Amino acid sequence: MSVLSVSNLSKSFGGVDAVRDVSFALGAAEFLALIGPNGAGKTTCFNMLNGYIRPDRGSVTLEGVELVGRKPRAVWRMGVGRTFQITQTFPSMTVRENVQMALISHHRRTLNMTRRATRLYAEEADTLLARVGMAEEAARPCAELAYGDLKRLELAIALAHRPKVLLMDEPTAGMAPSERIALMALTGEIIKSEGVSVLFTEHDMDVVFTHAHRILVLNRGTLIAEGTGPEIRANPMVQEVYLGGGTVFKGEANDA
Amino acid sequence: MGFYFAQFLTGLANASSLFLIASGLSIIFGVTRIVNFAHGSLYMLGAYFAYTLITTLDAGGFGFWTGVILAALIVAVIGAVIEILVLRRIYRAPELFQLVATFGVLLIIQDVTLAIWGAEDLLGPRAPGLSRAVRIFGEPIPEYDIALIIIGPVVLGLIWLLFSRTRWGVLVRAATQDREMVGALGVNQRWLFTSAFMVGAFLAGLGGALQVPRESVSLLMDLSIIGEAFVVVVIGGMGSVTGAFVAAVIISVLNAFGVLVFPQISLVLPFLVMAVVLIVRPYGLFGTAASAHGPPTVPEAPMKPMSIAGIAVVAAAVALVALLPRLDDGFILVLMIDVLIAMLFAASLHFLMGVGGMVSFGHAAYFGLGAYAAALAVKALGLPMLAAMAFGPLVAALGAMIFGWFCVRLSGVYLAMLTLAAAQILWGVTFQWQSVTGGDDGILGVWPARWASSKPAFFYLALVLSVAGLVLIRHLAHSPFGYVLRGGRDSPIRTEAIGIDLRAHQWLGFILAGAFAGLAGVLFAFSKGSVFPDALSIGQSIDGLIMVLLGGVQALIGPIFGASAFVLLEDYISRLDYWRAILGGVILVIVLAAPNGIAGGLSGLWQLVRGGRKTGERA
Amino acid sequence: MLTRRELQMALAAAIIAAPFAGGAAHAQDPIKIGEMNSYTRMAAFTEPYRKGWELALEEINANGGINGRPLEIISRDDTGDPAAAIRIAEELVNRDEVVMLFGGFLSNIGLALADFANQNQIFYLASEPLTDAIVWSNGNKYTYRLRPSNWMQTGMLAAEAAKLDATKWATIAPNYAYGTDAVAAFKEQLKALKPDVEFVEEQWPTLFKIDAGSTVRALEQSKPDAIFNVTFGGDLAKFVREGSIRGLFDDRPVVSLLSGEPEYLDPLGDEAPEGWIVTGYPGLAVNTPEHDAFETAYVDKWGEAPKTGSVVGYNSMMTIKTLLEQTPSLETDDLLATMSGLEVDSPTGPFFYRPADHQATMGAYVGKTGMVDGKPGMVDWVYADGADFLPSEEDAAKMRPAE
Ligand SMILES: Nc1ncnc2c1ncn2[C@@H]1O[C@H](COP(=O)(O)OP(=O)(O)O)[C@@H](O)[C@H]1O
Ligand SMILES: [Mg+2]
Repeated sequence: MSVLSVSNLSKSFGGVDAVRDVSFALGAAEFLALIGPNGAGKTTCFNMLNGYIRPDRGSVTLEGVELVGRKPRAVWRMGVGRTFQITQTFPSMTVRENVQMALISHHRRTLNMTRRATRLYAEEADTLLARVGMAEEAARPCAELAYGDLKRLELAIALAHRPKVLLMDEPTAGMAPSERIALMALTGEIIKSEGVSVLFTEHDMDVVFTHAHRILVLNRGTLIAEGTGPEIRANPMVQEVYLGGGTVFKGEANDA
Repeated sequence: MGFYFAQFLTGLANASSLFLIASGLSIIFGVTRIVNFAHGSLYMLGAYFAYTLITTLDAGGFGFWTGVILAALIVAVIGAVIEILVLRRIYRAPELFQLVATFGVLLIIQDVTLAIWGAEDLLGPRAPGLSRAVRIFGEPIPEYDIALIIIGPVVLGLIWLLFSRTRWGVLVRAATQDREMVGALGVNQRWLFTSAFMVGAFLAGLGGALQVPRESVSLLMDLSIIGEAFVVVVIGGMGSVTGAFVAAVIISVLNAFGVLVFPQISLVLPFLVMAVVLIVRPYGLFGTAASAHGPPTVPEAPMKPMSIAGIAVVAAAVALVALLPRLDDGFILVLMIDVLIAMLFAASLHFLMGVGGMVSFGHAAYFGLGAYAAALAVKALGLPMLAAMAFGPLVAALGAMIFGWFCVRLSGVYLAMLTLAAAQILWGVTFQWQSVTGGDDGILGVWPARWASSKPAFFYLALVLSVAGLVLIRHLAHSPFGYVLRGGRDSPIRTEAIGIDLRAHQWLGFILAGAFAGLAGVLFAFSKGSVFPDALSIGQSIDGLIMVLLGGVQALIGPIFGASAFVLLEDYISRLDYWRAILGGVILVIVLAAPNGIAGGLSGLWQLVRGGRKTGERA
Repeated sequence: MLTRRELQMALAAAIIAAPFAGGAAHAQDPIKIGEMNSYTRMAAFTEPYRKGWELALEEINANGGINGRPLEIISRDDTGDPAAAIRIAEELVNRDEVVMLFGGFLSNIGLALADFANQNQIFYLASEPLTDAIVWSNGNKYTYRLRPSNWMQTGMLAAEAAKLDATKWATIAPNYAYGTDAVAAFKEQLKALKPDVEFVEEQWPTLFKIDAGSTVRALEQSKPDAIFNVTFGGDLAKFVREGSIRGLFDDRPVVSLLSGEPEYLDPLGDEAPEGWIVTGYPGLAVNTPEHDAFETAYVDKWGEAPKTGSVVGYNSMMTIKTLLEQTPSLETDDLLATMSGLEVDSPTGPFFYRPADHQATMGAYVGKTGMVDGKPGMVDWVYADGADFLPSEEDAAKMRPAE
């Protein structure tokens, strides 16, 4: 049974179709990749899934409940967590405090004015940080973190609300290859242990083919293929898009 | 019919003057993201130089126009000097720094101008060949007005040509839209910024020079134009020259007809229009979201709770201060009461800006509301002092609730400008509503109750309330709510993405900051015995900004240092001649040499002494 | 680290406090008097005033001071902010222990100081503020005022205006208390003298931000027989320019408050309007023996002609001199008792301080604007004694709050 269903999602910016009639489903505990060249519309898709952008048409349902028209914070409350292509953390807080913030919100204590924030949910935060392998960095200022660590921190933040669905926009961009493998392996484990469903975008095809259960291919806003790794590799349209465009499957990290 | 057309033309002539100064301000903001408070000073200098040149050249039309252009060029050069000496060093600093730094420049220019040209107004000659009126539909229209009506659009056209036909213009537009891109283009950013500032200064100088035939040149020109110039830029959309033109026309024409219906309207009209425009179109008529923010700033270090030893030292310091009445020579307590009030006011502003990331250029609104509410509670409602003291912060919070609801919908400079508009509208109301507020004659006789009327008694009252306020604010900053505000400042996107209704929290933060400012205002009212519209003037808001900056934006303890330093400094230097220039100089030195303020400077110094311990710890 | 930082704060507080300790006054010291005015904010108006009192101070001390004790004036800039003025007053009174305060130009600062004087039981001589409230609706035991007030000067003008063949009037005044008070006082007094007058238009430009073109046109549209003006400074210059170019003043008398004062008139240069009925000060043209002596000394010392402020500053010091010579002691109660009805000789003639409302009867000059030796000045002027334009002392006393 699918957790997240997307149907006929469309968005255009000033007449240019960024995303057109995209439909797909994300199954329970599924690790689904959304790939496509730069500007294909991946981030725009994500933005529509979690409420940043209102789609022109289409619907997104989480376990049968419509998400379109809800604010990002409401979508988050319903169980859709997100990491960002350009990381979004709180640089003037420590790593632990970053996670504590998410926990404070999770426990609906954001209006509390009497307690000391750093004393709330510290252990829970440390558990989450340990989960993503950042227990050591807990006390460091977030502003000092390397890019890869920020991505892992975002993962910990996203897990704080025990999401049903996790959207990860280019989680490994800016990481060394070994780090990429490690992060995706970690995500895979989390999927298994928590039963969360993950939709992610990624440029490193090795990563995609190694970890994704299924792959969606987006080109110029349209979904052109859908299938398992071998199916996608063999798909002539996909080859056309990637090879015909002069790009190899690798090396598009760090776009904006 | 002829009458209304003539009134329309009068409006257009004013619009041209306003456009010239606003367009320069807008260009400077667009390229450098600097809110240039000294722009009015450049305008004033343009007028003074033009006066001197025109009266010395004295060669008819040629001399006049040469004088005007030369004056504008001189001002452009002065602009370049200011940019190179001051602004160039603080582009990466938060908005507040640039505002306060340019305010320092304004103070210096005020005194330099006074020293050079003297205090008396100077009335220059009318424009040769344009000194009479022509009749249009039977109505007399000054020829010079017609010249201005033509000059405005001509300058707009020239700017347009400059922007669209030259490489420089393309770069300026690129910089206005996307700062990072200019860096990527490999352009010499320094040169671009300096030249943009020069063009802006030239336009301000030209605007001032062209005023010579219309009004006498005076030392009040700088402050009297700057508010309206800001308004025009904001309404038009910061960075948009076309927007500035449209906005100048709207404001001037509305005013020309407004005075026919409601002669007192000029006082608040520009700010009313600005507030309405910002509520309907948050980035002004022609502005874009990208233009709202300055450069990203260096994040502050994580907050630390106060150590036991720290608490002990603070307690000792408070105890020491509490002993001051024993040392009193009749004035220390008075000064200390002012310091305590300033601390609370600055801390409330810092809570809003430093913690919440909501830069307010109009925080005095809530200080003043508290002061007026307390004064009216005593004089009109006949409440006793303590009840009035509770009433003040409530009213201030109510005001903050109303204005804050609109303000938190915006961010960056637009938020700052809407807070300014709110404060100016309130100022206009207190100024105008004489039957209730006494207008600028204020409310008198707001002295403390008998038990608190001795200096030591009132000092202790102020000490208790201020310290309680400071402790509460500090506590709030460390609470989950305070963390949410800091989170919203650091990353609004992330805050929303973890399920937090940021606006609601910011709104509440705004209200709390207003209430604390109101408490400071209440103490102020009873300590001075009277309240005047000055309590919610731009000047009071700027004082607060200077205090926060002096103390250090990134430290909760900053406002305490900043307020003490500012009050003591101001009290001391106002005894000297040319104290404004001295104050301006001190501000510039702090901004340039100690951008982390006194708190930052002290902790830096301490770390030097301790031999390079790890940096970045803050209270 | 925080601990140390807080320690430093405590140290800073101690250092700040140190220089303020100690220093009480001794009996042989000069008589200290506190003075303040808006020297930076209103430089053009307060400079002549400062020169006036400095001249008088020099003369007094050159003649041996007061009963052998020199006078010392501690002069401060109130920065144009009432709150700062209060703080400075606190320092002057409580630390410097001055025997009295004088000065002030802006009405709101004058009112704040008067209220302060009342609260702190110190004598305050309000030199320049014009507001009627300072002696009437907000009058108090501790405050006296020197300069002819709003009411007095508008009364002088109303007397002249009543003689004109004009019934439809328009008014223009800056939009703040001084402007509104002046218009109200003028209306009331003119109506009393000439009940058939009608006020057909009012304009209230923002102080120092007049949109002169629009304002002039709005006045013109109402086709008044005459105009009453209260604008001054830069506003007046703009108003005169825009008004004359648009023909507003053609065949239309203008009655204008204070515009005959050199502070207001000089900057207009050869564009100064001619024939306006004004209150003011003719400066060097006043030829009484008292004035000639003052005039010579002033020109010798400062190299320029005296202005209105010079006279006010000088007369403030003359008041203080007379007061200190007559008072039995420097105690506030004695000073106040001596002030009541105190008669003072001055360059502009003798005047006295009315016991009932604490207003001096110093007058002003009423005349017309015109060119004098190629410079703008007053012509056809007369000295109007302030006493003639004040309500009776009984009536005035009724306007004051009960003590
Ligand atoms: N806010 C926006 N306004 C206009 N165009 C946009 C906006 N966001 C994205 N686009 C355009 O939509 C297309 C898809 O962008 P995006 O979703 O970021 O692609 P991807 O993430 O696949 O690289 C691109 O052409 C991009 O320029
Ligand atoms: Mg993307």
